[in-house]
Amino acid sequence: MPGLEHYLILSALLFCIGLTGAIIKRNAVVILMCIEIMLAGVNVAMVAFSRFITPLQLGGQLFTIFIIIVAAAEVAIGLAIILALYRKRQTVDTEKTDFLKW
Amino acid sequence: MMSNIPEIVFWLIPGLPLAAFGIVFLGLRILRLKSGFAALLSVSATAASFGLSLWTGISMLSAPGTSSLDGFNWFSSGNAITVDIGLLINPLTAIMLVVVSTVSLLVQIYSIGYMRGDNALNRYFSFISLFTFAMLFMVMSNNLLVMFMAWELVGLCSYLLIGFWFHRPKAASAAKKAFFVTRIGDFGFLAAILILFSSTGTFSIEGIHQAAASGIVSSAAITWAALGIFFGAMGKSAQFPLHTWLPDAMEGPTPVSALIHAATMVAAGVFLVARMFPLFEYSETALSTVAIVGGITALLAATIALVMWDIKKVLAYSTISQLGYMMLGIGLGGPGVALFHLFTHAFFKALLFMGAGSVNHSTGTLDMRNMGGLARYMPWTCITFVIGALSLSGIWPLAGFFSKEEILAAALEGQPVLFAIALLTVFITAFYMFRAVFTTFGGSYRGRSKPHESSAAMLLPMLVMAVLAVCAGWLNATGAIDSLLGDGTKHAWTTGIFGVFTHSLTWISLLMAAAGIFLAWAIYVKRWFSAERISSRFALPYFFFINKYWFDEIYNIIIGNKLLNKGIFSFFEKLDERIIDGAVNGIARLTSSTGSFVRRAQNGRLQTYLLFFAAGLAILVLMMVIIS
Repeated sequence: MPGLEHYLILSALLFCIGLTGAIIKRNAVVILMCIEIMLAGVNVAMVAFSRFITPLQLGGQLFTIFIIIVAAAEVAIGLAIILALYRKRQTVDTEKTDFLKW
Repeated sequence: MMSNIPEIVFWLIPGLPLAAFGIVFLGLRILRLKSGFAALLSVSATAASFGLSLWTGISMLSAPGTSSLDGFNWFSSGNAITVDIGLLINPLTAIMLVVVSTVSLLVQIYSIGYMRGDNALNRYFSFISLFTFAMLFMVMSNNLLVMFMAWELVGLCSYLLIGFWFHRPKAASAAKKAFFVTRIGDFGFLAAILILFSSTGTFSIEGIHQAAASGIVSSAAITWAALGIFFGAMGKSAQFPLHTWLPDAMEGPTPVSALIHAATMVAAGVFLVARMFPLFEYSETALSTVAIVGGITALLAATIALVMWDIKKVLAYSTISQLGYMMLGIGLGGPGVALFHLFTHAFFKALLFMGAGSVNHSTGTLDMRNMGGLARYMPWTCITFVIGALSLSGIWPLAGFFSKEEILAAALEGQPVLFAIALLTVFITAFYMFRAVFTTFGGSYRGRSKPHESSAAMLLPMLVMAVLAVCAGWLNATGAIDSLLGDGTKHAWTTGIFGVFTHSLTWISLLMAAAGIFLAWAIYVKRWFSAERISSRFALPYFFFINKYWFDEIYNIIIGNKLLNKGIFSFFEKLDERIIDGAVNGIARLTSSTGSFVRRAQNGRLQTYLLFFAAGLAILVLMMVIIS
């Protein structure tokens, strides 16, 4: 029977994998996917806390639903931005989209 | 004492020219006065001043005395310092008033003719009026600080009038030079005023004399103060080694040279020493310094005058030489002797300058090599100029003879070396004056334009001056001025117009002067000797004279270049460049280098920002873990 800590370790692992990917990957679409992994990690932690600490209340699980909805919206906007970027620059490589500087 | 003259008269003497200055100067800008009116106003104000001065002078002759007018409080600071604008009328003042107002009046009348057609006549007459005011006020003021103010005002007028034709670069730089060089002397005068104030607690001239007489002032303070005052006098009176400005000052209009740079302002130094003479009496050092500097100046300037070809430069060096004579006289014989020479010199030197101006007006040149034979074209100028030259050379019975005789007699009693210098200067003076006379008026005309006699407005003042240059000496032939200025004693050598021939000194000095005139006649009229041959025979002294002993060059190299340019100025330049600019630039450079380093963080890649964000978060979490 896995305990809270196992879920939290899984959650932290997912978050770190996502974060690392978001930092090191060059493809904007992959970065977007990595962010989704980070959010999934957060969701795991939320559900785990809800299950182990406040089993009678569903606040944590409810919050997870919100996160999934917001993530869906975020993906929609993110993909739209990436699409626009691609149309403008013919690339989604973040190495080449460093025009937000001095 | 002088009770027969109402006080208001004394205030009006300087007040009238000041009012004329105010009206003409205002008129210049606002009322747009006709220049003829400006001239009329200036001349009439000075004429009124002259009348009142003459009244003062005559009543002083009949009843000598001193009257001090307290006037009004100018400013006071605490309980210690109160400065009053007051007047001190004593015989010295009276003589100076007469000299200044006479010369000023005649020069202004002369100016009407000389300056006719100049388009800045209002400015000219306003400055001349301001000068007359400042000079009269300076000789009358009873307070050293107020006197210093007037003294500086006189210097300012000199600057303004030398640079009257300021569009000529030479005139503009001559004006600056005159101002700067006299300022060096003024520094000494100001220092002396401060020394006197700190040791006596008063600026009042009479108060200082009383304090000096009562012995509460240490002899060192008196010596330093006297030397400081003399240093101021050296600047104004163009004494060696501060004489270099006066020849350059000849760039101004000739009437200005006659008034300011021959008769009045340059004599202010002599007047100042005479005014403060009670101080000098307590300091043997200061008095002998005055005599020695005067002697050196007299000889040095006379030798330079020997070789000048510019007629005004000859007269300028002659003025320096004669001022040296006055200083010599004051150092050895007291103020009476010097003031008498100042009195006569003012007339004959102003006359000579007017003659030079008249010649310049008609030939358009100042170079004597382009003149010659002018006696035929301008007889009146010639006659008056010769009278002035004879008077300057010290020929009996003209004014210059009597005053020069007294200085020579005082030198003979006091100091044999200085007497020899003075006697040699008599010879040189006679020679260079008649060199000028013969090359200008004798021989045949060498210029291009047709010379003509000057207008009546110029000739009339010259004739009056010529009369004064003849007669002014008779006033003291029996010692009237000496007894007025001294303590009532008459010197042994004042024995009347004809009585002077009882002294052997008279014969010696007349012989020297006659020898000078004869030599000039032999060289420049008869041409028994060639001037070129003589100058090549005495090449070394000639080389010294023609280069004016390199004073300007030495000052330019040593003071101008080495001390100021390469020393002080370049030090401050480096200070400014390295330290002040360095600090400002350093801060700027530090900011920009920090910025260019920090801006690398802003590379525009979101992932880098995310990395920083994650790292920051990690550090925060780590800190929380460590703390808890």
